[in-house]
Amino acid sequence: MSDRQYELVYILPPDTTEQQVAELHTQVEQVVARLNGQIEKTENWGRRRLAYEIGHQKEGVYVLQVINGSGELMKELDRRLKVMDQVIRHLVVRVDEEKKVVDRTRTKRQTESERRRVKRGLPPQRQPGEGRAAMDNDDMDDDRFDGAEV
Amino acid sequence: MPPFGQRSGPRGKRGDKKPGDKEKGQRRPMFRRRKVCKFCADKIDDINYKDVKLLAPFVPERGKILPRRISGTCAMHQRKLQVAIKRARQIALIPYVTD
Repeated sequence: MSDRQYELVYILPPDTTEQQVAELHTQVEQVVARLNGQIEKTENWGRRRLAYEIGHQKEGVYVLQVINGSGELMKELDRRLKVMDQVIRHLVVRVDEEKKVVDRTRTKRQTESERRRVKRGLPPQRQPGEGRAAMDNDDMDDDRFDGAEV
Repeated sequence: MPPFGQRSGPRGKRGDKKPGDKEKGQRRPMFRRRKVCKFCADKIDDINYKDVKLLAPFVPERGKILPRRISGTCAMHQRKLQVAIKRARQIALIPYVTD
């Protein structure tokens, strides 16, 4: 079994019932199980506004699934979802590699800062009330994008 | 610190200015660093396509991706941002165009 991880997001029409969502979920599950994958987690985002109309729909039910499995599995899933007409849009993204990179940079930064702090004779973790107080980020965000609207 | 929109010099970069420091001619006002990349500054490692709140400031009204020269995002993060925005567009979290 390969250790790749993928994210699958699909959008269903806004009038789908809980039951239909569950049905589709089992269908996906079956395909995943057949090709030796496993579903790590499923998230239902519920109804959301679409940023643009897809087939005259303005809203959609979003479902996210994190799947461990092979490329063939995702290919198969992709193919099937394309055919299903109750799925108005779907997206498959491979995430394991990016996740690895993110973890690495995060731990690296962590150890680096600890090392520096120890060198300065401080406890490795930041103490409460130390350093500059958290800035009021609101207006920073505001002027950061000034002149952006063209 | 003057806000970004109302700079004093023609090509004045943001940041502190020494009093009486004149802008030298056209380009390259030395020793003034550009606004830093949001993702570097806030230490955001993961630019995720699902995080609309994070991406929204980089997609102005028109729906285009905000160029680096305006947002000040570093090259690495702009690349990641670009991928994230494009993915978000595919699943209709962010518009392709709006008029």
